[in-house]
Amino acid sequence: MTTTIGDIEDAEVILVTGSNTTENHPVLSRHVKRAVAFKGAKLILVDPRRIKLAQFAHLWLRQNLGTDVAWLNGMMHVIISEDLYDRDFVESRTEGFEEMKKMVEKFTPEFVEQITGVPAADLAAAARLYAGAKAASILYCMGITQHTHGTDNVKSLANLAMLCGHMGKPGGGVNPLRGQNNVQGACDMGGLPNVYSGYQAVSDLAIAKKMEEAWGVKDLPTKPGLTVTQMVPKAHEGELKALYIIGENPLVSDPDLNHAEESLKHLDFLVVQDIFLTETAELADVVLPAKSFAEKDGTFSNTERRVQRIRKAVDPPGQAKDDWEILCEVATRMGFEMRYESSEEIFDELARVTPSYSGISYGRIEKDGLHWPCPTPEHPGTPILHREQFTRGKGLFHAIDYTPPAEQTDDEYPLYLTTGRVLYHYHTGTMTMKTEGLNERVPECFVEISPRDAALYELNDGEAVEIASRRGKIRARIQVSDKAVSGTVFIPFHFAKAAANRLTNAQLDPVSKIPEYKVCAVRLSRAA
Amino acid sequence: MAAQHLMIINGNEFPFTPGETILDVARSHAIDIPTLCHLKDTMPTGACRICVVDVRGARNLLPACVTPAAADMIVQTESPAVVRARRLILQLLLSSGNHNCAVRGSDGQDWTSFQLAVHNDDGSSELCPVWGDCRLQDLAYRYQVSGERFASTEIAYPMETVNPFIVRDFSRCIQCGRCVQACNEIQVNNAIHVGYRGAKAKIIAAGDRPLKDSDCVFCGECVQACPVGALVEKDARYKVRPWTERKVRTTCSYCGVGCQMHLHVQENRVVKVSGVEARTPNFGSLCVKGRFGFDFIHAPQRLTVPLIRENGQFREAGWDEALDLVAERLGGIKQSHGPDSIGVLTSARITNEENYIANKFARAVLKTNNIDHCARL
Repeated sequence: MTTTIGDIEDAEVILVTGSNTTENHPVLSRHVKRAVAFKGAKLILVDPRRIKLAQFAHLWLRQNLGTDVAWLNGMMHVIISEDLYDRDFVESRTEGFEEMKKMVEKFTPEFVEQITGVPAADLAAAARLYAGAKAASILYCMGITQHTHGTDNVKSLANLAMLCGHMGKPGGGVNPLRGQNNVQGACDMGGLPNVYSGYQAVSDLAIAKKMEEAWGVKDLPTKPGLTVTQMVPKAHEGELKALYIIGENPLVSDPDLNHAEESLKHLDFLVVQDIFLTETAELADVVLPAKSFAEKDGTFSNTERRVQRIRKAVDPPGQAKDDWEILCEVATRMGFEMRYESSEEIFDELARVTPSYSGISYGRIEKDGLHWPCPTPEHPGTPILHREQFTRGKGLFHAIDYTPPAEQTDDEYPLYLTTGRVLYHYHTGTMTMKTEGLNERVPECFVEISPRDAALYELNDGEAVEIASRRGKIRARIQVSDKAVSGTVFIPFHFAKAAANRLTNAQLDPVSKIPEYKVCAVRLSRAA
Repeated sequence: MAAQHLMIINGNEFPFTPGETILDVARSHAIDIPTLCHLKDTMPTGACRICVVDVRGARNLLPACVTPAAADMIVQTESPAVVRARRLILQLLLSSGNHNCAVRGSDGQDWTSFQLAVHNDDGSSELCPVWGDCRLQDLAYRYQVSGERFASTEIAYPMETVNPFIVRDFSRCIQCGRCVQACNEIQVNNAIHVGYRGAKAKIIAAGDRPLKDSDCVFCGECVQACPVGALVEKDARYKVRPWTERKVRTTCSYCGVGCQMHLHVQENRVVKVSGVEARTPNFGSLCVKGRFGFDFIHAPQRLTVPLIRENGQFREAGWDEALDLVAERLGGIKQSHGPDSIGVLTSARITNEENYIANKFARAVLKTNNIDHCARL
């Protein structure tokens, strides 16, 4: 997030898109609901499903799946043509405005309505509401990013926020909601193929030299590596021979699972380090038992870049070890000595080589976490990013055209499928499904379908159906619900037994390499 | 400079900001006025009246939580009249339910029959499930009252135990309304309300149906807000007592909000979770997963020893054997196929320190940049 969670209550207008906030970030959603219910904020919700937040929305736009660039360009078209944009901000803090302006010219509300299905008048009203606010916050999540044009979607959101000057102030910002406890930290700490910790490029020779000195090592690789979505096909082709997987379950979470499973079977050697024998671990050559969060010390970085402590509460089961300790043991056995006394000793080392974390220490975050960037021990942390300037100096507008999703419906696969989570389960369910009460609330996979589609395909609530895409098929029960929009079904991806990702499309966004989980074409038939 | 606004509490002069209540001013100067129904960050209701104070010139005692501070106001927070009023309120509350904390009475006969009646309602012969963790009990001690002054009232509603997470014990409810405020004003789930009237009043969900059939999402904000034993975590009820547990502060391991939580530990097991009050980013709030989804920590399916595949089957192995094998195989593959034939998937679930070590392991040891995690998935 470019601002903080608490700041959401300072917004006059909140635009939520591609985020089922009350189910996926329940505690953050309370700030959105409180802002609307008690502080006079207006909520613009852009989401095809009738999610809970629709009850709080002043304007609810139900776009067709995968048409986000179109409605965003449409909003900007209205804002520019009605001269509602923040001229000062655009002139002093940004560049590339003219190109972007030219691009959005054709996106009249009427043109946008044809693509997105959003009524022209609603789009214009949303544009005026967003542009007219003193501070407006954008919250988005995987509904924006998990598309073949996810990067375009995010850039378009940034365009909109910059156009209206809603950046770098409380109640503003473009705020991605991170779905996993430490996905922010995994990125910050160099768990990415192109950067070391603190987003220092592996291809930058000066950085490589610095890391070589810090680590006492020579010849660090300078060519960016493969993303997870590239590793899997490389394993299939036989180029990738070994994979070391820590605390991930790609055999439920990857797109096009049938293909992913085959790929992992092609590996010469698979190590899985986890707290459970997951679907992925079942395929491993060696499985190493790790501690859970309740058994270890360390830090997580949350969605607002706040670095917070975790602390050991109980002893681990059996011989389970810290993930860092296991890695250090393997490294040492491979001839590279890595030994640490504690997680704090590791933190102190990472702070030395990571400029954005340099000022943070366990002592400083004993009570409250600190927001990075925090470059020095005296620095108070940075709750709000881009206050005076953007990371690159001026904010750059991107002129982005609309392109449709990779897969379209047709006679054979007439319905769209979109996937996501439910409140009571988490990701691949390895943790939540150990709690009986959560299973009682949502015991199994389901297909959420609109009453109209249910009638059209003559399917009844609770009935078992087969859902098929070009890549695979699963069985699940029908849940007729007015949450669903006609023409699109929703399936939660938690359930290994009926894994939605047997159906999803592994087509990637060309920049971020994120798969298009949010759109694919399927057909439903009564299960035999 | 604007003139300073001043008022007098217990004989001392204090500045205040217009808009503050007497309670706000008192609390910001460490003067303790007891409250039951007051819940931070919500509209005060003045429902319980335990916070009444003596304001010179006022006809009646005034509730401090809703009375605005005013210039030259003179307030006594523990005058004899105030103490009398508080004792009466506490006596009435104690007589209106199964408050079997032994504060209620010391007379042997009465206590025995009362305790038997509670046992009948609750199925436990133990003292109240929140003994030692109860605002009402604290105040009863503070003001030295028992529940014997008034005859016990009938228990109007049976306990609700049909959901997996929360026991709603109406016999111990004092109708303070904090749960309703927590639900409607803090989490804004709008699932529970005050229903019926007078002696029949009850906190209800969805037209008086069980929580599981209402809009309730089991965030447990109401449980944390309940000052007495009316709302208690089902699994912890009668099993977790303040004197048998220790609390460890940590960060939730589910979504990216990073809620601060206490793990309540008893005999090396996490037995309950609560939100850390008054601390960013969640100020005590949690969701159903964070508060109730902790069974995985002690699940029997946890991995406890390294496993090595042999002839298609896993067998248990010692750490040395497993680590040697991993080092040998990775080293061999690196040697024969080059560093980029190996990939590492680190994790959005493990700590910063561990991700940093994974990044160092991939780059400095394996010599590959093939490292990623599931941010994209």
